[in-house]
Amino acid sequence: MVYILTHYWSELVQGLGYTLLSSVIALVFSTIIGTMFAIFEVLPNKAMRVIGRIYIELFRNIPLLVIAMFFYVIIPLYVAKIDGFTAGTIGLTIYTSSFIAETVRAGIQSVDPGQMEGARANGMTYWQAMSKIVLPQAFKIIIPPLGNQFINLVKNSSVLAFVAGFDLMYQANSIASLSLDTINSYMVVGCFYLVITLPLSYYMRHLEKRLAN
Amino acid sequence: MKKLKRVLGALGMLSLLAIVLTACGSRKSLSQQDVLQNDRASNTITWGVKADTKLFGLMDVKDNQVKGFDVDIAKAITKRILGKNGQAKFVQVTSQTRIPLLKNGNIDAIIATMTITPEREKQVDFSTSYFDAGQSLLVKKGSNVKSVKDLNKTGTKVLGVTGANSVANIKKYAPKARVLELSDYAQAMTALKSGQGVALTTDNGILYGMASQNPGYKVVGGAFTKEPYGIAINKGQGAFKKEVNQALKEIEADGTYNRILKKWFGNVAGFNYKEAAR
Repeated sequence: MVYILTHYWSELVQGLGYTLLSSVIALVFSTIIGTMFAIFEVLPNKAMRVIGRIYIELFRNIPLLVIAMFFYVIIPLYVAKIDGFTAGTIGLTIYTSSFIAETVRAGIQSVDPGQMEGARANGMTYWQAMSKIVLPQAFKIIIPPLGNQFINLVKNSSVLAFVAGFDLMYQANSIASLSLDTINSYMVVGCFYLVITLPLSYYMRHLEKRLAN
Repeated sequence: MKKLKRVLGALGMLSLLAIVLTACGSRKSLSQQDVLQNDRASNTITWGVKADTKLFGLMDVKDNQVKGFDVDIAKAITKRILGKNGQAKFVQVTSQTRIPLLKNGNIDAIIATMTITPEREKQVDFSTSYFDAGQSLLVKKGSNVKSVKDLNKTGTKVLGVTGANSVANIKKYAPKARVLELSDYAQAMTALKSGQGVALTTDNGILYGMASQNPGYKVVGGAFTKEPYGIAINKGQGAFKKEVNQALKEIEADGTYNRILKKWFGNVAGFNYKEAAR
């Protein structure tokens, strides 16, 4: 393991960089898109609810690899030239956002409807009530499942390996085939994933404790 | 009482599992057994072959058989070693999985477009070379890439396959190009078609096979490396290696080799099979 670590350090660091970059981009955008579609789903307007439902069910039920390959192979042919990293990150964002949407929707619906009614009765508009009263309470409730989604997102970023996205998993395959030391290569990369996911997991737990009062 | 029963049941299952696992451990590891002896006893040699590489080893979906040059050579060698009734069994491998599978003892030998390299010789033993390939480039017809020199520009993307020797070679011959490694040749071809790279690089034999399946693409640049293919065998299987080398010599001497070569490469445009004949 030490040999792999010292010999392929630059590849590993590069892989860590791409995995982190992809994860951060996907985390930010999938949270925004996911929250958006979660709100669609609880809106009084039926058409919006249907749109939200279709988006979530479509992308939640297609394997991530298929979505990523779609963006890698089909989009460059007909729409725009995008490389493997971009294609993988877009796929990861869309896929994760559908799960986050379901989590956030559950959060919104677990907030007492009286909160919304009370806020409206005090003269707030629907959007004010949603963003200032309901969503803050919802997010407090859903921190544990949201943390799960974030950790899954980091691990799912390994899909980049299949579209040549230079992430940790891609480097692992490459190192394993160069060094011919398969076991140690994957063990080292497993540790690198832990370097990202363990702090994330502890941070989410810390957040949960701090907000629970 | 019920709880106790459940605990006992779980313990029983665990110990059963432990017995099964330890029983596995006490047997001699597969790769340490004498391959030749085992093969003689079972009258079967298990070969690792490619199943995604036209001309060398390609799965025929009609009858679920892998067919190609490598497969036919393996069959001929099997007949030489085990006699007329010897059975050749084929296991699909990729560039990435072939060495681990050989080391685990899942296969007895690899005959899967595998170049003999010094790094690989540290891990496995090779037979004498059975095919002389050379690395080349596959590009879209009308592409301005004419040779490997055209790839040596910053920002140029070249497609290869993880675990293949050709990826390391490109880094040597065109250090400025960026190599994208994909998991197999089918995927690399798809990536070439969708414009993720300007050229696909690997051994010419494989590329000619791909060009014949995809009419819009052609092989350019000639062979810029020498890639002798060998049959890989586990270290410490000296007797088996000797038999394989002997069998190779015999099929080259009696014309079987040339017949198989002609069968697969006789009609490939751009490939002079007579040069490769032995």
